[in-house]
Amino acid sequence: MAYSDKVIDHFNNPRNVGNLDKDSEQVGTGIVGAPECGDVMRLQIQVKDGVINDAKFKTFGCGSAIASSSLATEWIKGKTVDEALRIKNTDIVEELSLPPVKIHCSVLAEDAIKAAIKDFQAKNGAASPTEAAAT
Amino acid sequence: MTLKKPVYLDNNATTPMDPRVLEAMTPYFLEKFGNAASRNHAYGWVAEKAVDLAREQVAKLIGASAKEIVFTSGATESDNIALKGAIEMYKTKGKHLITLETEHKAVIDTCKYLERIGAAEVTYLKPQPDGLVDLAELEATIRDDTVMVAIMAANNEIGVIQPLAEIGALCHAKKVLFFTDAAQAVGKIPMDVEAMNIDVLAISGHKVYGPKGIGALYVRRRKPRVRLAPLVHGGGHERGMRSGTLDVPSIVGLGKACEVAGEELEAESARLTKLRDRLWNGLKAELDFIYLNGHETKRLPNNLNVSFAHVEGEGLMMAMKDLAVSSGSACTSASLEPSYVLKALGVGDELAHTSIRYGLGRFTTEEEVDFAIAQSVQAVKRLREMSPLYEMAKEGIDLSTIQWSVH
Repeated sequence: MAYSDKVIDHFNNPRNVGNLDKDSEQVGTGIVGAPECGDVMRLQIQVKDGVINDAKFKTFGCGSAIASSSLATEWIKGKTVDEALRIKNTDIVEELSLPPVKIHCSVLAEDAIKAAIKDFQAKNGAASPTEAAAT
Repeated sequence: MTLKKPVYLDNNATTPMDPRVLEAMTPYFLEKFGNAASRNHAYGWVAEKAVDLAREQVAKLIGASAKEIVFTSGATESDNIALKGAIEMYKTKGKHLITLETEHKAVIDTCKYLERIGAAEVTYLKPQPDGLVDLAELEATIRDDTVMVAIMAANNEIGVIQPLAEIGALCHAKKVLFFTDAAQAVGKIPMDVEAMNIDVLAISGHKVYGPKGIGALYVRRRKPRVRLAPLVHGGGHERGMRSGTLDVPSIVGLGKACEVAGEELEAESARLTKLRDRLWNGLKAELDFIYLNGHETKRLPNNLNVSFAHVEGEGLMMAMKDLAVSSGSACTSASLEPSYVLKALGVGDELAHTSIRYGLGRFTTEEEVDFAIAQSVQAVKRLREMSPLYEMAKEGIDLSTIQWSVH
């Protein structure tokens, strides 16, 4: 199977690989997927004043899964939480030219963003991201 | 010397043709083009003579007699003739077949077909965790109406060699036909249809440095005389078991390939075993959390199947861009299911997704093996740096205790 140049670029030069302090109040962590399915993504965001000022990922998966999560971290950095929530898997499919068999990788990346935001929001009560960041 | 990249380490999928094979074949495309069935002129005689020689060359490699060799289009066709042919021919005895869950799809899917049309009842034995058949279980499974036991000689994914002589003795004592798909084994390990009591055996040309599109079926003529109903009807070629004008150049190639393989088997097998062990030891020395799939010693000299935990196989192959290998990962197949062979061994799906098959061959050099070790180690380490599972494993978290969101 041929990979698109963008997938190869993200795979060879992944953006934002690493960890954020998962115990920090400012950090939300999302882990999606399962080892037996062949892909697990962990995506973390750090939020200040409602804006995602840092994002990191680690992914177990194929080249497309790694590229999707790398792209996701790149896209959400600098966005508000609400803007990040509007990223759709189809945007990732389009950007990376993923073939049909790899669409689940983009779904996983969207789910990872949502899971990280949900974790952040849960940590900060039902409060809005802005208020939470102020504590 | 610079290596030719990508380095080809997928010799369980196919082998390059040996130049000696090509050389033997060449005259049969142009000047020696006769039909081997033309008994009335020199063109036919030349072709027939070439086919006779090839038949002897193939037979010699497995301890058979030339008359017991039927040429086919490959191991898949041979498997089909063996199973369908036996079920049709021996229907008065019964319709029970016994096979292994780890057989090649050419055997599994043929069995499934025979079940679906109501022609056969099939028992699929689960191998032991090392890939070997449980002989006691096999013995207990044989019934009065069992027509054939179909157990491969060596597995295409994990290289495990089955106890053929023991299976053969058992089948012989129970008067059940023993069929073995030996596509991976012929020319790689000693095969002897007499000593192993094999009644029917499938051979592939392109796994032994011969051409693609040619294969053979050994069908025992004495003690017992095995008869198989044909799939292809026509001119009655190949003792009526496989009609169709013989593909003389390919048959010549298969014969030559078998001859060369036989002459070099002992030395080549020792050389490959050394290279394979070098590869495994090299990987083990540099990487933690890696596992060998299949029995450690009862395996083909050229096969190594390794699970690199916490690194997904397709991603790994993408990172090892200068190596041509294959993976049991789901992502490499259309089915999205990881290898059924590894599953049958009880290897969990997680580890099956991380498996890589290295298939060494006649033209593999020590330099290439060292390159493969270096590139594999580098790729695994790089991907583990970005694997959340590896991080958790290093922290001592038992991954099986985590509630994953299975999708």
